[in-house]
Amino acid sequence: MSPPVSNELPLTLAAQQVSVTYPNGHTALSDATFTLTGGTICALVGVNGSGKSTLFKALMGFVTPTAGRVTIADAPVREAQRKGWVAYVPQSEEVDWTFPVSVEDVVMMGRYGYMNFLRTPRPVDREAVTAAIQRVGLSDLRKRQIGELSGGQKKRVFVARALAQQGRIILLDEPFTGVDVKTEEAIVTLLRELRAEGRLILVSTHNLGSVPEFCDQVVLINRTVLACGPTAEVFTAENLSRAFGGALRHFDLSHSTVEAHDGRQVTVLTDDERPLVLGQGGHLEYRDRAAHQKLVDEREAAKTTARDV
Amino acid sequence: MLQAFAVGALVAAVCAVLSCFLVLRGWSLMGDAVSHAVLPGIVVAYAVGLPLPVGAFASGLLCATATGWIKRHTRVKEDTVMGVVFTGLFALGLVLYTKTPSELHLDHILFGNLLGIEPAQLRQTAVLSLIVLAVVIALRRTFMLATFDPSQARALGFSIRKLDTALLVLLALAIVAALQAVGIILVIAMLVTPGATAFLLVRSFDRMLVVATAIAVGSTLSGIYVSYFANASSAACIVLVQATVFVAALCFAPGKGLLRSVPPTTNFTEN
Repeated sequence: MSPPVSNELPLTLAAQQVSVTYPNGHTALSDATFTLTGGTICALVGVNGSGKSTLFKALMGFVTPTAGRVTIADAPVREAQRKGWVAYVPQSEEVDWTFPVSVEDVVMMGRYGYMNFLRTPRPVDREAVTAAIQRVGLSDLRKRQIGELSGGQKKRVFVARALAQQGRIILLDEPFTGVDVKTEEAIVTLLRELRAEGRLILVSTHNLGSVPEFCDQVVLINRTVLACGPTAEVFTAENLSRAFGGALRHFDLSHSTVEAHDGRQVTVLTDDERPLVLGQGGHLEYRDRAAHQKLVDEREAAKTTARDV
Repeated sequence: MLQAFAVGALVAAVCAVLSCFLVLRGWSLMGDAVSHAVLPGIVVAYAVGLPLPVGAFASGLLCATATGWIKRHTRVKEDTVMGVVFTGLFALGLVLYTKTPSELHLDHILFGNLLGIEPAQLRQTAVLSLIVLAVVIALRRTFMLATFDPSQARALGFSIRKLDTALLVLLALAIVAALQAVGIILVIAMLVTPGATAFLLVRSFDRMLVVATAIAVGSTLSGIYVSYFANASSAACIVLVQATVFVAALCFAPGKGLLRSVPPTTNFTEN
């Protein structure tokens, strides 16, 4: 087990009026402002070309904002990087799966920031790697070359790397593209545990339906931050249409024949991505409403306790 | 003859280790570019009386940095820019060579002269090779991370720009060291083939380094041996042996060869 981080001060990730203009003159993002505090799973939602990946890169310190600034715990991103706080789980398409590295080699890469310049693993590094691999359930496969894994296992290797790194901010880029429903649930369960440990999980996704299922906050992007806050407040039909414009398919049940002759019994199936279902007046529908309510109550209680202390 | 074996083996080892990074990074053409680009440097260094390796190193690095700069400031893709820059520098070198009265043998620069190497050059080659080899092996894990996952390297606060520059400098030094042995045309093969062959055979990076080095050194020793009896260019023989080993690996690599007798087992298991 990696040590819980909740006993430390909650980490704050803040973007203040961040603008990014690329050398070719294209302004991908302007005046983006939001603040997130540890112990949350936040979705970064926007269409392709909305500046979502630019914001993602700015938060990780890969691009320097042309205006404004990003801070982690009130310090520049660079300092957080040096402390190993920023962990990154890449999109599957970005990884060279033929590269001759094993599962444990990749997880060990999470420890490089803590090692000397020769990157010689110490016992503490090996322990962290073993614990991380065990936690994602890949112990039997630790010597496998990464290309020999299934889609879900591949994803978990990189989550294990973030764990071995003991990242306090974990950024995941499109974590559910190309993974089956079972794996998606396994990853979501793991992310919830990490949230409970006080980590800040930021997920970049275009998969709308999965957002209410596991993200408690949302940052909605379209060239700037359109809205940010609790999922239920941000995910309204109006906000989503501002973020997505004409890019969303609508299927309004009340205007279809389905509602009339089936009463309230409607089943929605999709092949790959979860559908986002809004109820009357635009409120979010959850697959498991009771579990969601429990989570909301817990968070409220935690906030109240914090205020009383 | 013994000297030729020793120098050949050392140069082969250095190039083999670097070739692993070049192959995995998709930089195979970079070896090609830098090695061609050293020619004008050699001629100019000769003309002004500088040590030839200094000139070679400078113009090799000029090619790499010019490529990087042009790529960043235009819409032209990197391999295209590289093609223009290195052929341009090579042509410049050829023109300078014909206009500069010298005792340099173009043949030796292009194809090396392993069996006729002089003691001073021998020392130069040996020292350069050992330095490059030591540095690459010491930094191999960092270079591997930057090659495999540059985003992770950056997230840990490493500078990709610095690491890339370091690798280019090491590449240029290795090419300068290898010049004397195999010449600028065939050093390209030394910087690609061993890594490519090892890639077909292994599943871990450290093993790739070892296998590439073994293949390169083995091919070099047998190539020199064959060239001695066949009375053919030693560099050409070395490269020919390497290419043969590559084809063999392509056909017979365990589990992934073209001629494998059993279909590869599908190992996909959800735990």
